[in-house]
Amino acid sequence: MEKMIEVRDVSMRFNMASEVISGLKEYVIKLAKRELFFKEFYALRDMTFDIHKGDVFGIVGLNGSGKSTLLKIISGILKPTTGFVRVGGSLSPLIELGAGFDFELTARENVMLNGLVLGYSKDLMLSKMDEIIEFAELREFMDVAIKNFSSGMIARLAFAIATAVTPEILIVDEILSVGDFLFQEKCERRINEMMKGDTTVIIVSHSIDQIERLCNRVLWIDKGRMVRIGETQEVCSAYKNFGGQPV
Amino acid sequence: MNESERALTVPSQGLKDYFEKFYRYRHLLKELVSRDIKIKYRRSVLGIVWSVLNPLLMMLVITAVFSRFMRTENFAAFYLCGSLIYNFVSEGTNGAMNAILINASLIKKVYVPKYIFPLEKVLFALVNALFYLIAVAIVFIIAKVPLHWTIVLFPIPLAYTFLFALGLGLILSTINVFFRDMNHLYSVWLTAWMYLTPIIYPVDILPEEVHKLIQLNPLYHYVTYFRDVMMYGRVPGLVENLICLGIALIFLSIGLTVFKKYQDQFILRV
Repeated sequence: MEKMIEVRDVSMRFNMASEVISGLKEYVIKLAKRELFFKEFYALRDMTFDIHKGDVFGIVGLNGSGKSTLLKIISGILKPTTGFVRVGGSLSPLIELGAGFDFELTARENVMLNGLVLGYSKDLMLSKMDEIIEFAELREFMDVAIKNFSSGMIARLAFAIATAVTPEILIVDEILSVGDFLFQEKCERRINEMMKGDTTVIIVSHSIDQIERLCNRVLWIDKGRMVRIGETQEVCSAYKNFGGQPV
Repeated sequence: MNESERALTVPSQGLKDYFEKFYRYRHLLKELVSRDIKIKYRRSVLGIVWSVLNPLLMMLVITAVFSRFMRTENFAAFYLCGSLIYNFVSEGTNGAMNAILINASLIKKVYVPKYIFPLEKVLFALVNALFYLIAVAIVFIIAKVPLHWTIVLFPIPLAYTFLFALGLGLILSTINVFFRDMNHLYSVWLTAWMYLTPIIYPVDILPEEVHKLIQLNPLYHYVTYFRDVMMYGRVPGLVENLICLGIALIFLSIGLTVFKKYQDQFILRV
């Protein structure tokens, strides 16, 4: 099967001490106290796996296990400290709610801005505008500044934009848990449609049911290390059995 | 990792790739600039008219205060030409300096080529400079400033200034991510810079020794170039052109190098 994403020996190290310095004065003080550049923290260690074309790939793990960091590395936002990621297609990252939204602008303006941030052209976004509005069920609110939107409305809009143009790889981080159950079903239907259209989907979710319903392969990570990867049933039951206890 | 592998990662950085990506994101650039314009004038009654009105009002104030001391011909036009270049640079670089921090939320969530943000701010400043130009034209007409054909050369100094501001903006935006103090330091420098550049005063009121020194100020060259073509009908010679372009390219290449070197660390610091 064709490999869509290859992750090889990826480790991500953060320098915790040096990250909070925000001024020259602070820097000099820390330098004098020799507090700089220690406290290393590995968010990810030695990740190696493949995601194939057409996979719906789930990532599970507790809070702070490194799921989001992994997604950020795959989507090119973060550069790994060591190792590399090879991506063989166009990405539509949906790392967090309303990435690329400007809360001062109206929903319509944001659709445009967000589409452009994702690298789509203006004409394409204009032609997709109606479809996006329809899917997000926000017709009456399109000319309202989105600072007045509820988080559910923003999530709907964000999902509608990210999936309006079928990307080769769709990344969905925890976003499905925001909308009401009807909208969640709608999103799942759309993801299912995309799977048929050969789109590779990566889903991070705390809802193990959702992962079981949608995914064909699952990766379980804990404290930045891979615990298990494989068929959904096998990994999910292991994850459930372990019952949220640290490994 | 070898070259072929690098080429396939999302943020690959070959030069050709860089330009391809730039082309792909040109719509974004345009939209960001128009967003800035929209936000700047949202809810103001006169809206975009302020872009022209503001320099005119400033000119009235400055002219009322200084024209008595400065025996420059057409002081209003003289001042406006100088302050156009100065404002272009100060707005562009100041905006670029904060561009990465302001767009931090975006940079953290989506992959976008990061130089888009400082570049956008300098472009926004360029758009403002073009509005400023309307103010200049109005003053030229009202004050009956003699017109020369060289006026059509005005895009040249603007282009030089643009490249210079972009280079400086890239440097500042990189520094500012790591040392926020830059913001405060730079605002002081901008005030100093305004007085160090012959904007309100003509350069010949300065003592002879200072003439050499002022050559070190990049803005001096751009302001002089701009005034030469706008007001005095002079076509700057080869040397002047080389100096203006040279300064701009030096700043731009330093800016690009520094920015490229540190851009991967931005996300950890914003």
